[in-house]
Amino acid sequence: MKGTYLGEFEEVVLLAVAIRDGDAYGAAVVNEIEQQMGRSVNLGAVHSALHRLQEKGLVKSEMGGISPERGGRRKRLYSVTAYGRRVLEEVRQLRNQMWDAIPRTAWS
Amino acid sequence: MRSAPTPPRFAQRLLRWFCAPHRLDELEGDLDELFQQRAQEVGLRRARWRYWRDVLSLMRPFVIKRQHTDYPRPTNTTMIRNYLTVAFRNLAKNRVYSFINIFGLASGMAVAMLIGLWVYDELSFNKQFKNHDRLAMLWQFVKFDVEKASYDVMPIPLAQELRSNYPDFEAVGLSKTRNVIVAAGERKLLKTGNYVEPDFIDMLSLNVVAGTRFGSNDVNTILLSQSLANAMFGTGNPLNKLIKLDNKQTVKVAGVYKDFPANSTFTDVTFLVPWKFFAANDENAKLDQNEWDSNSYQIFVQLRPEADFDQVSAKIKDIRMKRDNPPGYKPEFFLHPMAKWHLFGDFKDGVNTGGLITFVWLFGSIGVIVLLLACINFMNLSTARSEKRAKEVGIRKALGSLRSQLISQFFSESLLIALLSFVLAILFVQLTLPFFNQVAEKQVTILWANPWFWFAGLGFSLLTGLIAGSYPALYLSSFQPVKVLKGILRANRSATIPRRVLVGFQFTVSVTLIIGTIIVFRQIEHAKDRPVGYNRSGLIEIGMNAPELYRHYTALRKDLLNTGAIVDMAESSNSITEQSGGTTAISWKGKKTGSKPLVMSNYVTHDYGKTVGWQLKEGRDFSRAYSTDTASIVLNEAAVRLMGFKNPIGEVVRRGSPNRDYRVIGVVKDMVKENPFRPVSPSFFALDYGNVNTLTIRLAPQLSAHEALATIEQVFKSYSPDSPFDYKFVDDQYAQKFGTEERIGRLAGGFAVLAILISCLGLFGLASFIAEQRTKEIGIRKVLGASVFNVWRLLSKEFVALVLIAFCLGAPLAYYVLSGWLQNYEYRTDLSWWIFALAGAGALLITLLTVSYQAVRAALINPVKSLRSE
Repeated sequence: MKGTYLGEFEEVVLLAVAIRDGDAYGAAVVNEIEQQMGRSVNLGAVHSALHRLQEKGLVKSEMGGISPERGGRRKRLYSVTAYGRRVLEEVRQLRNQMWDAIPRTAWS
Repeated sequence: MRSAPTPPRFAQRLLRWFCAPHRLDELEGDLDELFQQRAQEVGLRRARWRYWRDVLSLMRPFVIKRQHTDYPRPTNTTMIRNYLTVAFRNLAKNRVYSFINIFGLASGMAVAMLIGLWVYDELSFNKQFKNHDRLAMLWQFVKFDVEKASYDVMPIPLAQELRSNYPDFEAVGLSKTRNVIVAAGERKLLKTGNYVEPDFIDMLSLNVVAGTRFGSNDVNTILLSQSLANAMFGTGNPLNKLIKLDNKQTVKVAGVYKDFPANSTFTDVTFLVPWKFFAANDENAKLDQNEWDSNSYQIFVQLRPEADFDQVSAKIKDIRMKRDNPPGYKPEFFLHPMAKWHLFGDFKDGVNTGGLITFVWLFGSIGVIVLLLACINFMNLSTARSEKRAKEVGIRKALGSLRSQLISQFFSESLLIALLSFVLAILFVQLTLPFFNQVAEKQVTILWANPWFWFAGLGFSLLTGLIAGSYPALYLSSFQPVKVLKGILRANRSATIPRRVLVGFQFTVSVTLIIGTIIVFRQIEHAKDRPVGYNRSGLIEIGMNAPELYRHYTALRKDLLNTGAIVDMAESSNSITEQSGGTTAISWKGKKTGSKPLVMSNYVTHDYGKTVGWQLKEGRDFSRAYSTDTASIVLNEAAVRLMGFKNPIGEVVRRGSPNRDYRVIGVVKDMVKENPFRPVSPSFFALDYGNVNTLTIRLAPQLSAHEALATIEQVFKSYSPDSPFDYKFVDDQYAQKFGTEERIGRLAGGFAVLAILISCLGLFGLASFIAEQRTKEIGIRKVLGASVFNVWRLLSKEFVALVLIAFCLGAPLAYYVLSGWLQNYEYRTDLSWWIFALAGAGALLITLLTVSYQAVRAALINPVKSLRSE
């Protein structure tokens, strides 16, 4: 297993997989990110991130069924593993903890 | 259905190329989905653009990397390895066929290769000279009689005329070839060399490796070829050494040049001496300086780059006729380009009629034919054998082989055999080259470094492999496995027709070659058996190069006679196997005005007739008893016919300059001095002790030649201690006249034997195959009471019929070709019917011998053995 450090883009992709629970495949993740963040991403970048996440054990994948809109081609469906969920929560917690530590005066 | 927008096809193809197969489905699906979606949202153009970006962004290692599996993944190479294994097993299993196949094809290829190398050598003749496409030699057509004759000898002043008045020439050089005794210290050698003007050196871009070339002011210098320099001075430095020519004048070695290449006209030229030296020392050359009608010298020219040979020839044609006193033989000068010297050297009545190029064509076609024969064998045997393998095809197909795989299997097998043969052929060529070079009188080598050689050889092997493999590859692979494995497949008779046609063709060629060889040899024998008009046995000739040999005729002859080593000795104006000159300035009573026939002139001493043993038909020989014989003349039969004398003895012939009357005292039988395939020219013999250059001696028959020659040499040394005792047997000289014909005969004979051998190999293979195929049939026949003879007849019948058909085709072909060839010879053998009968019988005999071995073997098999297994 590679290091568990989660990059910014990896985090975004992992979140997108979590959002699209049960129907997270390459194109869907691209759409999700584009909609949520309003920026265009390359399919290659997404797949690369998914590949890395899988190697780190944060997501798992299985081949889905045949769908007619893809010309009979199969999808690889990703889902967040328990470890992945824990890492997400840890990240979130870390963020919150840091948010809380910001002094009020800092905003003025 | 609405037509969906399509993603960029090239990007798709790119993806399919780099993407690992197990990920392709998923990625293509993603790409397609996004593309369709974007096409609706942002338009087709941007969607395609994004598609491209996505594909490029996917070029990452994890996408490209192929999935690893534990199962073997057979590739094409694995299958080819299997094909090769099967091919080698097949070769090893059928050793006889493999041997016949590979050996036959290899020998065919070797013959073709040898001939190819020979043709290449002939075609590259004289091509080594840098300016070879601009060099030419002066020739002239002259008209003595009805036909125009052609000569390559010119008058001296023509060179100056061309140089000063015709700007088309870049360089003009006179040349004279001579055999000269070159002597330095104790070393004395008789060598051929040229006296040339300095321009000659430039024209041939002579490669001077030591010292310097001579210029226009040098006179007493000499350039030696490397080989002569070695022979004369060994490892010592030849430069500035003194060399004595013909025991007369001394010249200094100015330089050494690299020998002229073996396949060039000048290969025999071993030294070059300035023309000025020749003009100052040679008696004839001194007289001929301004003589327009004395033609004895060669002129070489180099044209300017833009000049054209034909146009310049037209300009110089009438140079002589435009001058004063045009001679009666009407000379027409023309240029003979260097490219044509070797292969197009024959002229007939003012037209170039080819020359050696005929042989290039002849041998070229023989090479192609022999190769074709070998290919036919190869194809016949491959196809015949391949039917045996129908079962293999069935099983392979049942196991899932595709047709294309079977096709490539059979092709790879025949290519393997073809390539093996090619390697073997190169080996054969390498081994036989020394022998071939000896027969063909060449110095040919394999062109290891020439890409064209490899290109042609390998290209040809591939082609043979493909053609030979095409039948099994395309036909056998189309079988239905069910039928093949059930054994329904039986080769129908029509399948053997192409094979029979090919065998028939082979035999047609063989019969033609047999007939051709017999006739070539008969023609040579015919000319050799021709009565020559004198007696050649024990006759030797010595060139009179050294001045001491002259003016001692009587004393020398007496000394030699006293030793008892000789029968007689005489001197003459040229060798008895040559005819060096003739004259048109000769007249007789009843000569037609206007006709200018050439009569060959021979100057001899009193003892000439006795020495050579000529046969007097009428009258008497020259005799010292008649002092009037200095004004007597002996004619040959041809001359008598030309002059139309009824009673030649006592007639008067006017000749010489100034004209004098000569009385005919004798007529001799025609002596063959020139081409033995042509009629003898009209000739006369007259006494002239000054105009001689050859000593003729008949050795005493009671002594061995060795003893006699040793004695003669002693006498010679006492007269001319400084010249080498260099004699030639007239026998040998005469035999050399048949050199070309014998070479053709030997080569054609060799190729004919090979062609027949190759045909027989093929026949042997086919016969054994057929015998094997019909084993069961023969077994049943024998059980039913057939005798060995019956079976033998059964198997031989087919081949005998083929040979008969081949003979019917080959004999007229041979007749046509050879009667054309014999037309070249005025003295020729006739095409008797028995030659054809002999060739036919020979071909039949060879066929029967070849086939019988197999047929008898098949007929002797015990039927119990051949029938017990099914």
